[in-house]
Order: sequence, then C-alpha cells, then structure tokens
Amino acid sequence: MADSFLLNGKNASFEPGQTILEAAGNNGITIPTLCHLKGTTPTGACRICLVEVAGARTLMAACSTPVSTGMDVRTDTDRVHQSRKLVVELLLSSGRHDCMVCEANGDCRLQDLAYFYGIKEPRFKQADEFYPVEDRNPFIVRDFSRCILCGRCVQACNEVVVNRAISLGYRGAETKIVTGGDKAYDESDCVFCGQCVQACPVGALTEKKAVGLARTWETRKIRTTCPYCGVGCQMWLHVKDGRITKTTAVEDAEPNRGRLCIKGRFGYDFLYSGERLKTPLIRENGNFREASWDEALDLVAAKFKDTIDRFGPDSVAGVSCARSLNEDSYQMQKLFRAVFGTNNIDHCART
Amino acid sequence: MTNSFADFAKAKLFIIIGSNMTEAHPVAATFVKDAVLAGAQLIVIDPRRSGIADFAHLHVPIKVGSDVAFLNGVMNVLISEGLYDKKYVESCTTGFDKLKAKVMEYPPEKAAEISGVSADLIRETARRLASIKPAMLIYTLGITEHICGVKNVLSCANIQMLLGNVGFECGGVNPLRGQNNVQGACDMGALPNVFPGYQRVDNPEARAKFQAAWKCEELPGKPGLMMPQMIDGLPEGKVKALYIFGENLANTEPDIRHVEHCLSSAEFLVCQDIFPTETTRFAHVILPAAAWSENDGTFTSSERRVNRVRTASDPPGKAKPNWWIFREIARRLGHHWESNSAKEIWDNEVSRLAPSLAGIRYSRLRNNGLQWPVPNDKHAGTPTLHGDGCFTCGLGVFSPVDWIPPAETPDESYPLLLSTGRRLYHYHTRTQTGRSKGINDLLGEETADISPEDASALGIKDGEMVKVESRRGEVVVKANVTNRVPAGMVWMAFHFREGCANWLTNPVYDPITLTAEYKACAIRIAKTG
Repeated sequence: MADSFLLNGKNASFEPGQTILEAAGNNGITIPTLCHLKGTTPTGACRICLVEVAGARTLMAACSTPVSTGMDVRTDTDRVHQSRKLVVELLLSSGRHDCMVCEANGDCRLQDLAYFYGIKEPRFKQADEFYPVEDRNPFIVRDFSRCILCGRCVQACNEVVVNRAISLGYRGAETKIVTGGDKAYDESDCVFCGQCVQACPVGALTEKKAVGLARTWETRKIRTTCPYCGVGCQMWLHVKDGRITKTTAVEDAEPNRGRLCIKGRFGYDFLYSGERLKTPLIRENGNFREASWDEALDLVAAKFKDTIDRFGPDSVAGVSCARSLNEDSYQMQKLFRAVFGTNNIDHCART
Repeated sequence: MTNSFADFAKAKLFIIIGSNMTEAHPVAATFVKDAVLAGAQLIVIDPRRSGIADFAHLHVPIKVGSDVAFLNGVMNVLISEGLYDKKYVESCTTGFDKLKAKVMEYPPEKAAEISGVSADLIRETARRLASIKPAMLIYTLGITEHICGVKNVLSCANIQMLLGNVGFECGGVNPLRGQNNVQGACDMGALPNVFPGYQRVDNPEARAKFQAAWKCEELPGKPGLMMPQMIDGLPEGKVKALYIFGENLANTEPDIRHVEHCLSSAEFLVCQDIFPTETTRFAHVILPAAAWSENDGTFTSSERRVNRVRTASDPPGKAKPNWWIFREIARRLGHHWESNSAKEIWDNEVSRLAPSLAGIRYSRLRNNGLQWPVPNDKHAGTPTLHGDGCFTCGLGVFSPVDWIPPAETPDESYPLLLSTGRRLYHYHTRTQTGRSKGINDLLGEETADISPEDASALGIKDGEMVKVESRRGEVVVKANVTNRVPAGMVWMAFHFREGCANWLTNPVYDPITLTAEYKACAIRIAKTG
C-alpha cells in the first residue's frame, strides 16, 4: 500500500523515496523542469520546478524534495507561476536567446516556457558579454551565450555515460561549463559521444553536422537500429527530404536508454559520400566498366552455373555480411543452398 | 549473450575478460560504469589497462593467451576452498568430477607462472568472485581470437556454472558481439553447418523441411567450408568462384599478403558492397548495394534482440537492396522466390522456418523488438537463457580444458608480442567511419602502442615513426608510448590500410571455429631511419 499526500488538494499516492516531481508525474501532473536529468542526482539548480508546500517557508524544488506522508503540495498557484515566470525572465536576460537563428528553435525548453508564460519582451537588462562560441571540433557546437547553466551536460557526462570530461568551472557570476580545466572539447578527455548534446535543453550544445540542414519542425523522425557494434542501440533519424540531418538516441528504449556513442551519433554521413558504388561494374581488360543490372546479374548467374557444371557445387563459396540485414543473410544462404546446392556459406561470425 | 544489457545497470558483480568495452561497445560500457558508481564490484581481466579497467576494483593483467590457465587456477581455489555453488553444481550440471580433476592440475602457483600474475591475486580473484551472487561474466574477442578460442569460451562457461551464475538475471556468460548483425547472420544460417535457426544441415529432417519450403532439389547434407578455408581454397583451386557480400577481407583477415594472393587467384570473384574497398580491387563483378537506412529490415543484437531497421532515404544511383540482388540471381537460375520485401521474407519464411523465431513478425517488432527464443505469437521474448539453471539441453555440461600457449610466442628474433583489436573512433576497415566527416580528425592514423619500459629500452620516443615487423610483413607507424600496455607487448588495430595490424598477424586458427589468432603473434620493433 503506497503512502498518500495531497496534490493540488486531491489525495495522491507515492512510493517512499520519491521526489515531488516523480510522484506528481505518476499522478498525472507534469511539473516543468530544465535541470532535471532522469536517473541522475537532482541538483535543484534551475528553480523552474518550484512548488508550494504547506508549512514550508519558501517554495520547494520538486526535483529534489522528497514527498512525505500527508504533505500538502500545490503545483498550480499564482505564487508558483509568478516564481517560475521570474526564473524564465532571468534566464532569458542571462543569455543571447535569439531563437530565429538558433539550431534548437522548436526543440527548446526555455522557448517553450517563455511561450507558456507569454513573455514578449525582456524585463531585465540583457547580458551582452559572453564566452566565444566553440566550434573547432567536428561534431559539437558550444554556444555559451545560450547556456543556462542547468548542468544537465555535466550530469550526463559524469553520471550517465561516465566519461568525466565536463564539469562546472569557476564560481558565482563567473560560473561556466568547462571541459578539461576550461579547454576546448577536442583538447579534453571528451570522447564525442554527444550525450551532452542530447541532454542540453536549449541551443547551447548542438550537432555541428546538422547546422543549416533543417528547422526542427521540417524533419520527420524515423526510429531505427544503429549500424555499428552489436549492442543494437535505438536511434531516431531526423530526416528532411530523404537526407538524415542528425541522429538522436531514443529515450527510454532498450537497450541504450537514450545513449549513443560517437559512431552511432555522428557516423551516419558516409551514406552521402561521393564514393558510393552507384552502378554495377564489370572488369574488362583489367579495368572496371559500368554495366546494367541485367548484364551484371546475367554474368554472375552464368559464371556460377558454369563453374558448378564444370567443378560441382562445392567449387563455389559465399561470404555473407555481418553488418547487413537478417533478410539479406537469409537470402544469400538460401541462394547458396537451394540454388547453388552447396553449404559453402559463411560470414565473419567468429571474429 | 545468455542475459540482457538491461542487467548491466543493476548487476552487483562483473567479471569482464578480454573486452575493451569502453571502445568497442561504448554504450554497453556506460551501464557497467553506472553500476560501479552505484556500488557494484568490477573485476577486469585483461593484459592491458583498458578504459574499463580504470573503474575496476581488481584489474588482473594476465599474459596474452593465458586465460585457460588463469581461470583453471581460479576454479582450483574455488573448489579447494569450498567456495563454489555445491547445490547448483549438483542439481544443474554434469561433469564436475572431471572438471575438478583437471583444475586440480592448476594450483594457483602453477597458474601464476603461466599467467604472469601472482598466486595471491588468483586467490583474491576467486574469493571476490564467490563473495557476491550472481556475478555477470562479460567477454569479447580477447577470449575468442586465439587458437584456443573454444577452450577459452568453455572456461568462461565452466567458471560461471561452478559459481552457480548461469540462468539468473545479472549472471550468465555474455559475449559482446562486435558487429551490429553478426548475431543475426548466424541466426539466419549464414554458416556452413546450419540452416536458419541453427537447424543442422546434416540432419535429414531439417533438410527435408527446408527442401519443401524452398521448393528446391535435394539439399546438401555435408557442412560447407568456413571462411578461411574458402580463402585458402582459391589458390588451391578447390574454390573457383567466390561471392563476397559486404566484407573487406583484404584488410580484415590475418596476413594481408597471403589473403591478397588468394583473392587474386579466384577464377571468378563477385563483390557486393556499398563502397569500393581493398577487396573489390580483385573482383570480376562489383554489385552496388543499398546501405543501412536505405532499405527496411531487421538486425539482431548481442542480446538476441530482433529489432527493426527502417528506410530514411533511397539508395544512390542504381544501388539495390541486397535481398533483391540475391533474388534476381536465383530467378536467372530458374528459382522464382515469392517473397518480395524484407517483411515478406521474414514473416513468410524466416519466422515459419526457425522455431526460435516463430513468434516474431514485423507487426510485433515495434518499439523495443523481441529477444529470441520467441516460440509463438503470444510469447514476450526471453531476456535470460537457461532460466533458473534449467539448461536448454538438460544439464549444464562442464568441459574441462587444458591451457596451450599461443602459436607464436616472442623469441630472440621477434622479442615482443603483438595483440590487436578495435579503437573507439573507427569501425573495422573504415569504409563507413573513414567517410563520416570528422572522425578521421580525431584518429587519422594507426599507432603502435608500446609500454614506456620497452620504448625506453629501444630508444623510442612517443610520436616517433617505428617499423613493426613480424614473420609475415612489416608496417611503419607512429609509436604511442602508453602505460596502458604492459612491458613485452605492443598493441595495434586494423582500421587503416597503411599500418594495418593484419600485415603482421598470424594466420593460425582455432581448430573448431577457425577463428584466427589475432590476439597474439611475435614481432620486433625499431625506430625508422
């Protein structure tokens, strides 16, 4: 029997140890967050999840406050909304949040909150001095002017993928997200898994290869399985006009639960290499010449048939591909067994 | 894998042997690291101080190729000190007496002498392993790429059964597969001895079943050639025509010079690929194929999870799906295959013919896919094999094995041992990662990773060019002086044509699987110029 507490005046259940954020979520109340990263230690850094708790002196951060029996929590009061709006206004004033040219436009939590609270013009003086944009590495653009210091990239790097390349540097107003003692990404311990980009709720960390290819709302997301190692990570292909603009990990999917590595996240654009084989080729006098499918397939069929006729079915052999589809390997072994009449079919299974 | 990746996040004790997880399976490694941060114990057995060893409570740097001796030594302690799971051994396994007799020949002192770690460390490993149940054993190619690969695998199974760890969540024997669909290619019967679903070709009933399904003439019952036999069969004239689909054998197989000689002696060679490679140079016909994300289908991951792969764009030019190409060749030889899409192939053939995949249909492969065996449409899949120690084959069979040394060990002429593998940033022969913008910027060339001790003895400085020679060939690469490699060893990968470790590796094989001994050969190294 779960314990109960009061959520917006109604009885709600919770499991001991749950935070207000988790318990509210289970009871159908979504509390907005910026810094909260599922599965990591709550930091309570952004203050956007503040809620009213009866008897508490101040508003409480839902992400880091555990629920207790009988607690009276209100998520939807004027005081809560005024406070959240103030946080959003302060965050907006702290950076250069010009959504028009931001890669995250349309996929930004700060933008969503500003929209929700109807913030049309700045209430506070805008900051105008920022650390320069870092885009010297091939994969990740880091724009400090858009960084809201939520620390999700720090959490992702240290507590999710545990690559320990990103941390919070300096103090107070000087606070900055740093890699390797405030060096560039490519000079630090970073292994370019891009988990920080996946975690960034705004446009501070974005995929360099995606720049200029599409606005977020122009793409459709296609779920697929990563083509590299045997873990089988689930990923979204963000596609516009038949071209992958970027990939992201599928959150809450087995086996990767929102994670990818450098190869999965940034290793897709070989597809668009000009070196792709585009037409069948037949060797003639030591050189390859282009051929039609009919000509090439007729030749392959005839050569295999002739070889089998002359030397028997076991004189032909095939190596299948451990990177291609199940259906492809199935077809190839069927071709060798049912058509050629040999079990000389293998692949690099053991290496 | 007997178990699932989901177990990694919640396991209490890991034994990782011969697996450079943080580089070869980075995402799987993140869950191990998470578990360690949450309190799990981690024992890493690896000659190198690999990335995952940084998180280990115990790193056991055994000598390359000494796995059987080391594990026999550990099992000796488990039995001598009464630390093994007697109840499990009694009720779930058979052959314990033979195993006991064998491992008694490997007291910790003897195992220590062979494996190069102290007897005390062997005892400590055994005691730690017995202290928490279940423990999860994870291995990769450090176990299999030896002439004794099968013995190494059997040793992993022996120790996990002795500890009573097979058949439980967060336990089991878990090989991480190096390629996205190497599991699937096996499941589909791209092996010389089995049809799809591991039904043996030498079983007349299986042959009759497939003959009926495929409406073909009598199927051959003699197991076929394995890949190294095919390659060697070319110059011997045994194999006249070879069809290579999506493999770059000229870079991936040991002893490149020999492999290229073989490929060049093919009377007829077909290559079906997405790029020109070192291997397609030898082809008589090259067929352009659709790549990942250019056609629909399925992959099967290490954890036996069948999952969908979906189309995002069209293949370039005239490139075609691979299944279509095979179907067209069959048609030209009088075989008209009905299935005309990946979905039809799976739903109408694969799942009907392979009992372990019978319950998997495309309509069920939404979201997270299904882990085989899935014997029927209602079955939800099998995250853990051999549930509760009830082995699929009855009792778990202990297979006692003896240690043998690698085929080639360092000597006066070639005094160092070369071991090889993969690095984080690249994948295999770089046909894909080498053409993905930016990855070459992070890793643009091969290096010979060498210990500070050996480097200093040879007067080699970090970053200097060195010549690495074996009895097969030589390469010139940069030296990478690193304390991750133990003295006496050099480590290289096979990603770059120039400086590819396979100019040097030894084409000797495990007698059962014909897996090559990529992990051990003798070399010498010297500064160039």
